[in-house]
Amino acid sequence: MNWKQAFTSSIGKKLVMSLTGIFLITFLIVHCYINAQIFWMDGGVKFTEAGHFMATNPVIRFVEIGLFVLLFLHIIQGLMLWSQNKSKRNTRYAVSAGNHTSKWYSRSMGLLGTLILLFLCMHLYHFWIPNRYQQTFGSGEIDLFGKMQAVFSNPAVVVVYVLGCIALGYHLVHGFYSAFQTLGLGTHRYKKMIRNIGIAFSIIVPLIFALMPIGFMANLIH
Amino acid sequence: MEHYSMNLTLKVWKQKNKNDKGGFETYQVKGISSEMSFLEMFDVLNEQLIAEGKEPIAFDHDCREGICGMCSMYINGRAHGPWHQTTTCQLHMREYKDGDTIVVEPWRANAFPVIKDLVVDRQSFDRIIQAGGYISVNTGNAVDANALPIEKQKADESFAAAACIGCGACVAACPNASAMLFVSAKVSHLALLPQGDPERKTRATNMIQQMDKEGFGNCTNIGACEAECPKGISLENIARLNREYIGSVFSGSGTGNL
Ligand code: HEM
Ligand code: SF4
Ligand code: FES
Repeated sequence: MNWKQAFTSSIGKKLVMSLTGIFLITFLIVHCYINAQIFWMDGGVKFTEAGHFMATNPVIRFVEIGLFVLLFLHIIQGLMLWSQNKSKRNTRYAVSAGNHTSKWYSRSMGLLGTLILLFLCMHLYHFWIPNRYQQTFGSGEIDLFGKMQAVFSNPAVVVVYVLGCIALGYHLVHGFYSAFQTLGLGTHRYKKMIRNIGIAFSIIVPLIFALMPIGFMANLIH
Repeated sequence: MEHYSMNLTLKVWKQKNKNDKGGFETYQVKGISSEMSFLEMFDVLNEQLIAEGKEPIAFDHDCREGICGMCSMYINGRAHGPWHQTTTCQLHMREYKDGDTIVVEPWRANAFPVIKDLVVDRQSFDRIIQAGGYISVNTGNAVDANALPIEKQKADESFAAAACIGCGACVAACPNASAMLFVSAKVSHLALLPQGDPERKTRATNMIQQMDKEGFGNCTNIGACEAECPKGISLENIARLNREYIGSVFSGSGTGNL
């Protein structure tokens, strides 16, 4: 098996999903940690400091390019897996097993991923694009704390953000475990541990994210 | 439980041959005993059809004791019916009540084409085994079985993986029509034993290449296979297959036979 075959076979494709997925998980940890600085209730001083570091540090700037490349790979490979797998059973069953033999979110990774992608487009439009635009062509970074206050004053936007966090949570309940299973770590020794850490991660991280728009809308963050 | 008798409505997939479009036929069966197996109920129905001068329903079966893996039937949305770790021949009619309607379909997967009615062609499994599910042994006198020490735990795990009967329920149940549980069982029972060592670096990659070529889907770790496997083959075998694959890719010779 040459290298190309190694990463394009069925397990190879899964390895791409797994490694990019784990990278996205580490990104989530950093993103969540930085944003959680708003909870100091210091008018966004600590948060702005952290944001400034992320926006100007050359290493971080470089890693951000990698992030987009890997995110793109994850999305393309994920959608390809989804459509390929749909083509392997031309005659469908008249009666299906439903939730008797598997979880709905495990069967719906492509759908959940697409929802996250739609959310992501809106999210980048709210914060990342204006920030980078002004950084490059204008007077430096924007006031992200103020921007959050403005964006999250609209309850409709807050609802969409919370739904995005829920989609992310379900994507991760399956994805976290699946990524390590693909790497071959789902053995007796680690199976329970990975499952439990995965479930905890998929609840805690999206919850912290969801508390940000909710907190701003409810005027609890100042 | 009390023995009882029941009348049932069966909706069974009928298809003349590979190229026929096929469709459901509805049958009524009467006086089915709760003590019968599901296949015996089909025998009764077929006797009845023959007596009426109609064509009986073709279905696969051989051992009727849960070890050959032939009795592929997808019953009311479940591979081999609703019982845990049970083949169709071991499913008994006490699961059903008088007046029930039961829908019976063949395994559905492009890699398992329907030959006739409920009978599917599973030779794709044979070709996957041929691609790597073997070991090299010296000819000559048989070696003393005790000459090769094998850790108890590994022997047990290998034995558990070797319990796979190649029935294809994993493929039938998988939303992706993936054969990973089957392949993982076949790779595992050899990978855990010293006898499996000579082909170790090519087995997983060769079998996976063949699996892909046969048109099975990509595993996404959904787990429906494990839930439906009549032999309790565990997802841990898929983790082991993934490890074996990574091992072949990163430390193998990079050639392979395909
Ligand atoms: C920050 C966002 C995201 C994170 C943290 C994430 C994480 C993960 C992880 C860890 C996996 C499991 C990998 C595996 O099964 O081995 C996964 C699978 C998947 N992801 Fe994402 N993902 C994200 C965004 C997306 C997006 C935007 C899409 C777009 C369509 C997507 C589509 C998929 C699909 C289809 C799978 C299923 C692959 C499978 O079941 O094997 N993901 N994701
Ligand atoms: S792994 Fe289980 S379900 Fe799949 S072929 Fe083997 S015995 Fe049948
Ligand atoms: S007929 Fe052999 S397993 Fe059912």
